[in-house]
Amino acid sequence: MNELTRKRIRISDIVLKALILLSAVITTAVVAAIIIYIVKRGLEGMSLNFITTAAFSYPYENYGILGNIINTLYIIIITLLVAVPIGVGAAIYLTEYAKRSRLTTIIEFATETLAGIPSIIYGLFGSVFFYNLFRLQYSILSGSLTLSLMILPTIIRTTEEAIKTVPISYREGAMGIGATKWYMIRTVILPCCIDGILTSVILSIGRIVGESAALLFTAGIAAELPNFKSFTDIFTKAGGAGGTLTVQLYQYAQRGGGEMKYAFSTALVLLIVVMVINVFAKLAARKFRKV
Amino acid sequence: MEDTVKLTGTVSVKKSEAALIKKTSRAVRKNATETVMKIVLFICGITGVASVILITLYMILSGAPAIAKIGIINFLFGDTWYAKKGEFGILPMILTSITGTTGAIIIGVPMGLLTAVFLAETAPKSLRNAVKPAIELLAGIPSVIYGLLGAVLVKPVFYYLEELIYKDDPTHKFTGGANLASAMVVLSIMILPTIINISETAIKAVPEEFREASYGLGATHIQTIFKVVIPAAKSGIASGVVLGVGRAIGEAMAIMLVAGNSANMPALFNSVKFLTTGVVAEFSYSSGLHRQALFGIGLVLFVFIIIINIILNVILKSGRKGTAQ
Repeated sequence: MNELTRKRIRISDIVLKALILLSAVITTAVVAAIIIYIVKRGLEGMSLNFITTAAFSYPYENYGILGNIINTLYIIIITLLVAVPIGVGAAIYLTEYAKRSRLTTIIEFATETLAGIPSIIYGLFGSVFFYNLFRLQYSILSGSLTLSLMILPTIIRTTEEAIKTVPISYREGAMGIGATKWYMIRTVILPCCIDGILTSVILSIGRIVGESAALLFTAGIAAELPNFKSFTDIFTKAGGAGGTLTVQLYQYAQRGGGEMKYAFSTALVLLIVVMVINVFAKLAARKFRKV
Repeated sequence: MEDTVKLTGTVSVKKSEAALIKKTSRAVRKNATETVMKIVLFICGITGVASVILITLYMILSGAPAIAKIGIINFLFGDTWYAKKGEFGILPMILTSITGTTGAIIIGVPMGLLTAVFLAETAPKSLRNAVKPAIELLAGIPSVIYGLLGAVLVKPVFYYLEELIYKDDPTHKFTGGANLASAMVVLSIMILPTIINISETAIKAVPEEFREASYGLGATHIQTIFKVVIPAAKSGIASGVVLGVGRAIGEAMAIMLVAGNSANMPALFNSVKFLTTGVVAEFSYSSGLHRQALFGIGLVLFVFIIIINIILNVILKSGRKGTAQ
């Protein structure tokens, strides 16, 4: 009787359970350690001056990352302006227009390949291709266009997923009252999946902010503040070199020594940005999965 | 003729006909928008394909000349890389990238898989809610930050070990901790989120009936996980591992500051150069054949990535077939 009801205890079960718990604990501990360490070291070099002024030229007497913040914003905006319309368009084409065929398979394979290409290859490609195209050695524009290719898969996939959640009855309803296909897409499908597109935009911003290798070869390392004398300077700025926060962090870390603390301060700024992006991504994703 | 209106001066038609013309012209315009949009969307659709073709073409065009000049055998199997003397052998870099990635996989996959099991199977909800955002953050942290942390936290540990191991070895070149072992640790942490997320999804996709059948046969929870759930999720887990390989082999910035950057053959405590770090370290000051050779390295890396992508596709396809049955 006792033999039958007694719960068997297996040593291997206990060991494996302990290993599972240990892995999870180590992973979480690594993240916690990263956060604590960056905050601790990052606060050393952090000051209002650090984020509101720009470093001029080497050797810096003043350490500031405002120039890099502006460059990062420039690259985010231009990249999204190029990649979002194309990515959303591609997603619409794949879900609403294309029939399953050899072509869609090829498009899907290409999207997958784009997602798998490492950023350093994008950097090499961008440095030759956009140099040939614009004759600009290092420019924010080249960097942004390179990144547009990089984030295209993210936008296509997330938007596709969002479009697929729009019920077929919405389409039938719109078509039934005589709407043309594009009219139906514009007035029914797109408004329904705006949260999905927003999610893809937020995820893309995260990738752009974190990117460095592709930008090092294309957008360069300049850290000056833009000198806006006239309205058109806002646009010509994109033709000049501009290092983002990550690129500047790399500069500080590479030179090391007394500049290491500024590398950590930049890391702290980036960490905060990434955390904010993660929260927003989650909020947007939750909203669009509810629809 | 009070019933007619003038249209463009020359033709006069009845009012009802005018309305019809207006209507059809609107329909034509509508049709035109339809066609234009269809074409625009089609172009958007094939932009990705065009980009892949362009990237492939440019990588070959800018990488192949150097390989041809140096000689493919000398380039791929030459064991010295010394740009100033015009020696461009990348065998050490190829082997370093392969061993570095293997090392990262050996450390990262068991940890990632077990963490995924924890999240999908054994964790209580409250713990899951604490660990999950941590992993999302790990995925979002820029790679340069991993490099920075590796340089100040991982390097000293391996320098300590190095001093301990090679204390009595006068032939060893001390690396100060900037060596292959440090790079492996940094890479293994970087690929964790990829492996955890994809394995977790795969484990969750295993039908509940599988588990119930296993319990019904008297298996314990842990037995069920390791004998039933993981084998059933193996194609998903495999694709996670392949994606991890792709991420590790293509990573540059995170290991720039921890790998040491001299083109030695890979050994745990050697200062090494990866395919990726070789390009990043020398790109800014290279010119002529040297720069072309760096594009050659890029091409080799690109070929590796394409092979990994094809393997991934095969796994995904076989996985789909498996679930269809």
